[in-house]
Amino acid sequence: MKKRVVLYINQFFAGMGGEESAHIPPESKNTILGPGAAFTQAFGDEAEIVGTVICGDSYYGEHIEQAREECLKRIRAFEPDCLVAGPAFNAGRYGVACGDICTAAQRELNITAVTGWYSENPGRELYGANVFAVPTVDSARGMKDAVAKMSRLALRLMSGEPMGPAREEGYFHRGIRKNFFHEKTGAQRAIDLALQKFHGEAFQTELEMPVFKKIPPAAPVKDIKSAKIAICSSGGIVPKGNPDHIRVSSAMNWGKYDISKLDDLTPENYESIHGGYDRTWALEDPDRVLPLDEMRKLEREGAFGKLYEYACTTTGTATSVANAESFGREIGELLKKDGVDAAILTST
Amino acid sequence: MVREIEKTAGIPVVHIATIVPIMLTVGSNRIIPGIAIPHPLGKPGNDEEDHAARRKLCERALKAITTKIDKQTVFKE
Repeated sequence: MKKRVVLYINQFFAGMGGEESAHIPPESKNTILGPGAAFTQAFGDEAEIVGTVICGDSYYGEHIEQAREECLKRIRAFEPDCLVAGPAFNAGRYGVACGDICTAAQRELNITAVTGWYSENPGRELYGANVFAVPTVDSARGMKDAVAKMSRLALRLMSGEPMGPAREEGYFHRGIRKNFFHEKTGAQRAIDLALQKFHGEAFQTELEMPVFKKIPPAAPVKDIKSAKIAICSSGGIVPKGNPDHIRVSSAMNWGKYDISKLDDLTPENYESIHGGYDRTWALEDPDRVLPLDEMRKLEREGAFGKLYEYACTTTGTATSVANAESFGREIGELLKKDGVDAAILTST
Repeated sequence: MVREIEKTAGIPVVHIATIVPIMLTVGSNRIIPGIAIPHPLGKPGNDEEDHAARRKLCERALKAITTKIDKQTVFKE
């Protein structure tokens, strides 16, 4: 018996119009639309498309809970074994809608779900850990290839056989590591990798490092004599007693501390709560991490305009990149609002 | 954190820490190598040297703030 598949697509791929129709609410059709024909062909005798659910990209983005609920109801009505959403290529709202409805279908309907994104689609960042998705190019010119990969992955998942690693099966890794016994020890594999690298051969790391973004440098401060400068730190320097309960590692928050009446950090007023370095010297004199004393002297000597009234600090050890980035954005907003001209951030 | 503050506030942010490759990797633009991981702005042992080392790094940070750069730059002096 053929497996039953529902296809989720946006207004554009359903042939209902472009941006002017992006506000249409969810609807369903018994017919095969857009990429549905290609999927039907790719599924062959193993699966068939039993219905199509359509939602405008803006509608989904602006009424996400309502859209999710309404789409789920329509998907459920077709009693499918699997949901195939997109592919969304590099369309941002569409990619988010595909990720969201796949996540919901897995959780609420307990069915297989598959989508496809371009690597930089924001849907991948939001839902990449939840759903099986194949990598696609950035536009619909890659439809044929995307349909082939998505249908293969969908059939593979519906077969119920155990799934292999992302790079072998052709989906985006979901950040999951499985334990298994390898015939070689870690040390042997590390040496093998190092030798492959040394000889200029292709090699595959077992642990990919996060990729950080770069930004163009900000313009310099023109008049240092009138500049307001902030001091910040990820070195875990906080008022004694850690009033904001910042964690010693894997921080979830940062603190804003009034230093306007302080000239010096001492073991009596400040401390380090950082769990990632030997705090002996920072506890003895917290200025060794957050240099308030010397910055205050330089301020009095007129080396720069004014020291910002607050120090913004957190713990940098084992803190996720996503958290560190959001702390940075929040601190950036604060400094901007308060007219700060430059900042010095120290890390341990 | 450094990168996002710089981007959001649109102001130069000087990063003082000890492991320069990490500062380069995370996208800090104005980089000053610190003294040691547990005391990036201090030389424990001798009070005078401790303060002098800290002051030198703070002065260098002020210089970095006023220096025009077009790519990631390590301010070694």
